[in-house]
Amino acid sequence: MSTKVQPPVAQAGATAKASTLTNEEILRYSRHLIMPEVGMEGQLKLKNAKVLLIGTGGLGAPLGLYLAAAGVGRLGLVDFDVVDFTNLQRQITFGSDDIGKPKTAAAQSRLSKLNPDIQIETFETKLTSENALELFKDFDIIVDGTDNFPTRYLVNDACILLGKPNVYGSIFRFEGQATVFGMPHGPCYRCLYPEPPPPGLVPSCAEGGVLGVLPGIVGSIQAMETIKLILGAGDSLAGRLLLFDALAMKFRELKLRKNHACPMCGDHPTITKLIDYYEFCGVRGEEAPVSNLQVPEITPRDLKSRLDRGDDLFILDVREPHEFQICNLNGHLIPLGELPRRVHELDSSREIVAHCRSGKRSAEAVDFLRKAGFRKILNLKGGILAWSDEVDPAVAKY
Amino acid sequence: MSVKVIIPTPLRVFAGKQQSTEVTAKTVGDALGQLTTQFGELRKHLFTEEGKLRSFVNVYLNDEDIRYLSKESTPTKDGDTISIVPSIAGGI
Repeated sequence: MSTKVQPPVAQAGATAKASTLTNEEILRYSRHLIMPEVGMEGQLKLKNAKVLLIGTGGLGAPLGLYLAAAGVGRLGLVDFDVVDFTNLQRQITFGSDDIGKPKTAAAQSRLSKLNPDIQIETFETKLTSENALELFKDFDIIVDGTDNFPTRYLVNDACILLGKPNVYGSIFRFEGQATVFGMPHGPCYRCLYPEPPPPGLVPSCAEGGVLGVLPGIVGSIQAMETIKLILGAGDSLAGRLLLFDALAMKFRELKLRKNHACPMCGDHPTITKLIDYYEFCGVRGEEAPVSNLQVPEITPRDLKSRLDRGDDLFILDVREPHEFQICNLNGHLIPLGELPRRVHELDSSREIVAHCRSGKRSAEAVDFLRKAGFRKILNLKGGILAWSDEVDPAVAKY
Repeated sequence: MSVKVIIPTPLRVFAGKQQSTEVTAKTVGDALGQLTTQFGELRKHLFTEEGKLRSFVNVYLNDEDIRYLSKESTPTKDGDTISIVPSIAGGI
């Protein structure tokens, strides 16, 4: 008796394509095969699909897991980062024993255990204008699970130039967005947002926080959309922007139109090659937006010396109340957003040292107060994190 | 016209932490004007110094992007919802 089952429709195209499923694969994917929307033909499409995941973090975790489980034949993982303790709150492909390991290697290990039959390639590299086109060209679908604006514009532009779909998902605190860019006659990221926000305006997950399960939901939606594209099933999110509010548990949908004047994908495109995305987003060199503010600073050690000496310093804490609960320097708490309204609580004749978690928000506070006429004001360099590192390790880091 | 304006998470800190607010307005521009009058600090996040809507913020009347309607002159009806949808990039 034959151990191989022939599909009803032979796969056309490159000679490397699989045209059969083994009996083991038939059993593994039986729950797919018994659905008419998938069947043998659909499972073979999955087996022959090549999907590149940009980012193996919060979004990349459920993405990788579900695409591997579904039997996507070739998965590429792009990430230059290593697993950090703070990642484990949401990046569920990793375990405690992966801390310090490159994320791509740790993800490859986890995904291979889930499905040893698929091919998983790792690219432990930063995605740049120099390597994006080369990296993308051998894959069918690109999934954007990144965490910064320059890379999102880079992924978008590379996909448009190569004619590849870009399954997009993004999150912030309790909200998520998802759609599919780059479909023929469909919109691209620049149709939705022609320009990025100035650096520092929209906080990263480290600064704004994120409920761990949120990227789990949005990343799963991206996995679903990727699988639907491969199968040619259902209605894709192309042309629709899905908005998810986790606290209200509401999904909303907005129309996403192609901008015919879009410089990237419009009728007369003016962008025909990849650009310097850090320059485009106003960020130079660093991965995360860095404050450009030049404000007078004091290091934690100098602050400690001055306090020990008995100097009369007023400590202003510009973090949020829930952060004050985690750890504090006994400062006077005025969250940054409330500072303009509560500036009368401060005495400009006293010397003030402003701090936050890492020194960014407090730099804005110092800048604001100097413009308001305060002359004796310093920013604590590196914030309470640096205080914990350099002066008092008993102060919790978060 | 009584219109609901939904404030996105990244901007709620500048709007007294509110998720949405009701305004009475005849056009989308009118509604946004009232929003920034009620919450002054929102102004610089939504508009440039010249008073133009910032390009990383999209505004929708119900489910349609106002850029494809009549932009800020788009008229509003009772019960309409205006959504402000800024760029977010979190993923890792």
